[in-house]
Amino acid sequence: MAITHTERSAFGDAMAVLSAVVFAVVGLAWGLGSPDPAMAFHGWVFTAAAAIAAIYVLSQMFKDRVPDSSGYLDGPIRFAVLASVFWGIAGFLVGDLIAWQLAFPALNLDLPWTSFGRLRPLHTSAVIFAFGGNVLLATSFYVVQRTTHAKLLGHWAPWFVIYGYNVFILVAGTGYILGITESKEYAEPEWYADLWLTIVWVVYLVVFLGTIMKRREPHIYVANWFYLAFIVTIAMLHIVNNLAMPISLFEPKSYVLFGGVQDAMTQWWYGHNAVGFFLTAGFLGIMYYFIPKRVERPVYSYRLSIIHFWTLIFLYIWAGPHHLHYTALPDWVQTLGMTFSIILWMPSWGGMINGLMTLSGAWDKLRTDPVVRLLVVSVAFYGMSTFEGPMMSIKAVNSLSHYTDWTIGHVHSGALGWVAMVSFGAIYCLVPWLWKRKALYSIRLVEWHFWISTIGILLYITSMWVSGIMQGLMWRAYDKLGFLSYSFVETVEAMHPYYIIRATGGGLFVLGSLIMAYNLWRTIRGDESVDAAEQPRVAAAPELRLQPAE
Amino acid sequence: MGHNKEIDHVTGVETTGHVWDGDLKELNKPLPRWWLYTFYATIVWAIGYWIAYPAWPLVNGYTKGMLGYSQRQEVMREVADGKAAQAQFRSEVEKMALADIAKNPEVLRFATASGAAAFATNCAPCHGRGAQGAKSYPNLNDDDWLWGGSLDAIAQTITHGVRSDDAETRSSAMPRFGLDQVLDQKQISDTAEFVLSLAGKSTDQEAATRGAAIFAENCVVCHGEKGAGNQELGAPNLTDAIWLYGGAKEDLIQSIATGRGGIMPQWHTRLDPVTIKTLAVYVHGLGGGK
Repeated sequence: MAITHTERSAFGDAMAVLSAVVFAVVGLAWGLGSPDPAMAFHGWVFTAAAAIAAIYVLSQMFKDRVPDSSGYLDGPIRFAVLASVFWGIAGFLVGDLIAWQLAFPALNLDLPWTSFGRLRPLHTSAVIFAFGGNVLLATSFYVVQRTTHAKLLGHWAPWFVIYGYNVFILVAGTGYILGITESKEYAEPEWYADLWLTIVWVVYLVVFLGTIMKRREPHIYVANWFYLAFIVTIAMLHIVNNLAMPISLFEPKSYVLFGGVQDAMTQWWYGHNAVGFFLTAGFLGIMYYFIPKRVERPVYSYRLSIIHFWTLIFLYIWAGPHHLHYTALPDWVQTLGMTFSIILWMPSWGGMINGLMTLSGAWDKLRTDPVVRLLVVSVAFYGMSTFEGPMMSIKAVNSLSHYTDWTIGHVHSGALGWVAMVSFGAIYCLVPWLWKRKALYSIRLVEWHFWISTIGILLYITSMWVSGIMQGLMWRAYDKLGFLSYSFVETVEAMHPYYIIRATGGGLFVLGSLIMAYNLWRTIRGDESVDAAEQPRVAAAPELRLQPAE
Repeated sequence: MGHNKEIDHVTGVETTGHVWDGDLKELNKPLPRWWLYTFYATIVWAIGYWIAYPAWPLVNGYTKGMLGYSQRQEVMREVADGKAAQAQFRSEVEKMALADIAKNPEVLRFATASGAAAFATNCAPCHGRGAQGAKSYPNLNDDDWLWGGSLDAIAQTITHGVRSDDAETRSSAMPRFGLDQVLDQKQISDTAEFVLSLAGKSTDQEAATRGAAIFAENCVVCHGEKGAGNQELGAPNLTDAIWLYGGAKEDLIQSIATGRGGIMPQWHTRLDPVTIKTLAVYVHGLGGGK
C-alpha cells in the first residue's frame, strides 16, 4: 500500500512537534532544576525555542504547502542569509570593541560581562560560527539543490538544521557573556550546548547527504565535495574535542576527557582543522559555485580540482601541531605538523588557481562588477594567507611569530580577506536570487563596501605585521651581557599605536558591513534598483534573467 | 556524459562534458606544471627533513633523525651557555659585599645591567619602567626612603618585602584613625591640615593649630615631633612634600582615616640571591642611594 504525500507530510509534522515537545521538556527540567542561574536561563531559552518551533509547525499543518517557484526548498536558506548578516555585524562590532579595549583598557568598563576575556570568545564564535556558519548553511543548501537538481531531503529537517543551529549560537553567545566556558579556544560552549550542536549537525549531514543521494545529475559537482568534507570533518572534530564529563546533569561545568599535552594536541588538532575544514573547505565550496556562476565561465581545471581536493583534505588534518611548536609536545609531532603544513601549500593554492583562472576570458568583469571583485579579491587573500600559514609553521619563523600579533594579523587576512569577502560576494549574489529580484538595490553601494572593507583589511593586516614582528624581536633582544633588553611592559607600550590603527581598520570593516546590510534590506524590501543597468544579467534571479544574446 | 564535451571558445580547451545548474562546466585542463613540481619539491623537502629530524612514531619511541636533534637538549644547552657566559661575574657578585661592587667598574656594570633587566621584568609593573613610581608605589629615583636607602637596606626590602607574608618582612601598621573611630572626621581634617603645614602647604592656620595638638598626641611616636619620619619604623617623612598616596588634603584625610598599608612582595622566593644583590645595586644607583 503506497503512502500518500499527505500522509507523509502529516507524519513529518507530527515528528517535528514531538521532537519540539521532547526538547521543551529537557529545557524545562534545566530551567526549573539547575542551581546555576545561567544554565537555568539556557533551559528557558531551549524551552522557548522549542515552543516557538512547535507552534509554527502546528500553524502550518492545516495550510496547503505552496511549493517555491524555484521548485526548491528556499525558506530555510533565506532565514540563514538574514541570520548571517545579523550575526556578522554583531560579531564584527564586538571584534572592533575588543580591538579598542586592547588599545584603551578602560573600555573593559570594569564589568565582568564586558571584559575582554568574555567578549573575545563572543567575537570569535560570532564571526566564525554564527556569521560563517550561517553563510555555509545557506550556500550549501542552495548549491546542493541547484547542482543535484533535487529538493532538499525532508521538509522540517532543513528548517531544524538552520533554526537549531541559531539556537545553539544564542546559547553559546549568551553563555560566554554570563561566564560559562569550557576554556577550549573556538570550542568554548559547555557540554549541553555541544550536545545540542551534535544533534543539529547530524541532521545537517543527513539532509545534505540525502539530497546528494537523490540527485538527478549523474555527477557530483566539486562544490559539494568540499561541503561534504566540511560537514563530515567538523562532526568528527566537534565530538572528539568536546569529549567531557559534566559534574552533574544540572550543572554547566564539565571536565574534559584529555589532560596535559594530549589535551593541547587534541585542542589544536581541532583548532587548526576548524580553520581547514570550516573556514577553508566549506568556503572553497562557496567559491566553486559562485565564481563560475557569477562570471559565467567554466571552472579552470577539473583535474586540478580533484587533485587539490584530495590532497587538501588528506594533508590539513596533520597540520595542527604547528600551533604547539617549542612546547612540551614531542619533537616528532612538531616535525610532522610542520612538514605537512609545508606540503599543504600547493594543495591550498590549487583552490586559488582554480578560482582566479576561472576568470580567463572574463577579466574585464573585475572592473565592471564589484561582486566579482569581492569574490576574486577573497581568493587572492586566500592565496596570501595560505602561503603565510605554511611559512609561519616553519619552526625558525614560528619562534619569532608565535604568541605575537603576527598570528592575529595572519588569522584576519584569512578571516576578513578570504572568508568574509567570499561570503559578501555570495550573499550579494544570493539575495536577489532568493527573493526573486531583478537586481541588487545598488551595485554602487557594493563598490563602496568593497573599497571601504579592503582598506580596513589592509590597515588591519599591515599594522599587525609591524606590531607582531616588532613584538617578537623585542622579546628576543638581549644585550651584550646576556640580559633581556626589553620588559614585557615596554613591548605592550610599543604596540599601542598599531592597536589604534588595527581598531580603525576594523571600524572601516564594520562600516562596510553596515552599508551591505542597508543595500540588502532595500533589495529584499523590493525597492526599485537605482542602477540596474550597471549590473550584469546574472545579478537577477534565474527566473527573471534575460537570456544571453547568442 | 562524454557526448556533451565541447570546445570552450575563449581558451580553446575542451570541457569535461559535465553540466550543472544550466551552465556550470569544467575545462579539462591539465595540472599547471609549476604547481605540480612545486608540490613534489615540498614532498621531497619533507622527506629530507624526516630523515634529518625526529619524525615518525614507532611502537616504542620514534625515529630520532640523523642529526640527533632534541629540542629539550637544545634548550638545556642554550640555558647552560647563557649561564656559563655570566658565571664569572655572577660568582664575583656572589662573593663581594654589596658595598664593594661599586669599587669594581666591570662588576658594577654587570650588576647594573642585571639589575636593570630584573627590574624591568619584576618591578616595573608597580614602580614604573623608569622607577618613577605612581600613586601608592614609591618613586625610587629620589632620596626619600621609607625603609632606608643604603645598599643593605634596599636589599633587605627586596628580599623580604613590605607587609608581605614573609616571616622577616618589613612591617609597620599605621592605625586606621577613622575606620577604628580613634579620631572623628573634624579631628582627622585638622590633622591633615597640620600635616600639610609641615610641608609648607597649609592654607588654614587655625585648623593646623588644632591639628598640631592631635598630631602630638597620636602621630609623633612614629613620625617624630617634627614629622621627619623614622626609617627604622618605615614611618614616612612628612616634611618633604613627597607623598606616596597623594598630597591633596583629601588624600591625607584618606591616609589618616584608613592607615593605607601598601604591600610589596618578598622576592627571595622568586629571585636568586645574586639577582637580588644586583637589583639592590641598580636601585641604589638610580640616584637616591645613600
